[in-house]
Amino acid sequence: MIPFLFIGFAVLLVASSLMVILHRNPVTSALFLVLAFCSLAGIYLLLHAEFVGLVQVIVYAGAIMVLFLFVIMYMNLQKDEESGLQSALRRALGWLLGALLAAEAWMLVRGRWAPGPVAPQTLAPPAGNTQQVGLALYSRYLFPFEITSMLLLVAMVGVIVIARGRAAAARDAAARDGGEGGTP
Amino acid sequence: MIPLGWSLALSAVLFVIGVVGVLVRRNALIIFMSIELMLNAANLAFVAFARALDSVDGQVFVFFVMTVAAAEVAVGLAIIVNTFRLRETVFVDEINILKG
Repeated sequence: MIPFLFIGFAVLLVASSLMVILHRNPVTSALFLVLAFCSLAGIYLLLHAEFVGLVQVIVYAGAIMVLFLFVIMYMNLQKDEESGLQSALRRALGWLLGALLAAEAWMLVRGRWAPGPVAPQTLAPPAGNTQQVGLALYSRYLFPFEITSMLLLVAMVGVIVIARGRAAAARDAAARDGGEGGTP
Repeated sequence: MIPLGWSLALSAVLFVIGVVGVLVRRNALIIFMSIELMLNAANLAFVAFARALDSVDGQVFVFFVMTVAAAEVAVGLAIIVNTFRLRETVFVDEINILKG
């Protein structure tokens, strides 16, 4: 049963990912990307990574794709990609390089794998997956976890500064200068 | 129990689709979505190895990758919006103002 589910989710994932890169309309691409993320979440559930699967749905399919759709609709794109000899040539080159990479990946995957000298940290099996991830996150990976909060803070400040644009910043600076000039 | 090879093959296919998307499409938003696909391929490989090695470390790495992806999407989309305001386009061929 589980292998069939895996194959079904895999086919759905590959098909919707291909639609993401092949469809002309960016909104359709984004919606197919949501479908791809949801089928990937199903695969995570089959691999017994329940926490990651649900976070995938909430963060990727929820937050990130809403951001994508918001930006696409904000831009209101009218014209599609232009055609032409140079564009067709580059497209052919892109597919060729992709085929090359696929061949390399196939050679890599079909080879025999020797298990490396890893000593995985195995936790008590009765604990749930979320509990295991939480224990690892707050004990062994506590410092990277704290660094993550720093990263998110920096990204938030950066996005606000970038998205305000140059005109708004200049206006603010002018207003501040005017206010300082007026007070004394 | 799903064999490790299946998950790795699926991850490889997903990564190749993302690479082809970056190489073929000229729309900056689609290129960004392809980058998301590649990140998800890496996540799938992490989860598959975590399952095969019976460890949760890979899932913790997936958590970190998702955080980085969220930050990257927010910053990248802000840059694209800013570029769109300046140049009225999202096609990377037409954003050539740095060319001498």
